Amino acid sequence: METKLNKEGTKLTIEIAGRLDTLTAPEFEKEVEPALDGITDLTIDLKDLEYISSAGLRALLGLAQTMEDKGQMKVTNPNDAVMDVFSVTGFDDILNIV
Amino acid sequence: MNQLDIPAVITNLPEVLAFIGKHLDEVGCSTSDRYKIEVAAEEVFTNISSYAYNPEVGSASVRVEILNDPITVEISFIDNGVKYDPLARPDPNTSLSAKERKRGGLGIFMTKKFMDDVNYEYKDGQNILTLKKTV
Repeated sequence: METKLNKEGTKLTIEIAGRLDTLTAPEFEKEVEPALDGITDLTIDLKDLEYISSAGLRALLGLAQTMEDKGQMKVTNPNDAVMDVFSVTGFDDILNIV
Repeated sequence: MNQLDIPAVITNLPEVLAFIGKHLDEVGCSTSDRYKIEVAAEEVFTNISSYAYNPEVGSASVRVEILNDPITVEISFIDNGVKYDPLARPDPNTSLSAKERKRGGLGIFMTKKFMDDVNYEYKDGQNILTLKKTV
């Protein structure tokens, strides 16, 4: 798993590549949470995310919950398999997927 | 070899998935089915690693059988840890908003959704969770 953070003022884009699973999600959360300070507009770009499991969903849910009080969050470019996981868990309703 | 005996620690997850993947290669499993099987296997092995022997480290066995006509992958996870039926847990409410959502219970829920059959059995001091999917 690799993450790329791109911050412009109060806007932050996070690109996640590879696998967001039980092994990598803790590392992802540790890296991303401090970067949310002062952010009101968060984009999670999943174009290079190959795989997500429930640990990854928990990490995204944590971000969505944090951003609910701070501004907005959107999720872009999930592949079909990742979208399947979102659909079956109802995450397609709680994440703003554009 | 259709059985892998391995310490139930989360860092062994890649080895478990590789072992299962080798069997999926043999039956020409589609990418989509493989993904679903990986998600389910990750959830089950993570549960065993996190809870079965906590705080000790115990062992887990992963057994893969291929049934024919139609081709069905059957994966059993066996541990000697505390008795625990993950299927007894109520499903999470997937219609709640982000704010109302709890962070747990999604793993086994996805396992049930993605597999054709999930069966739990406690026998001779062993938890046996069996996943079945026609591929």
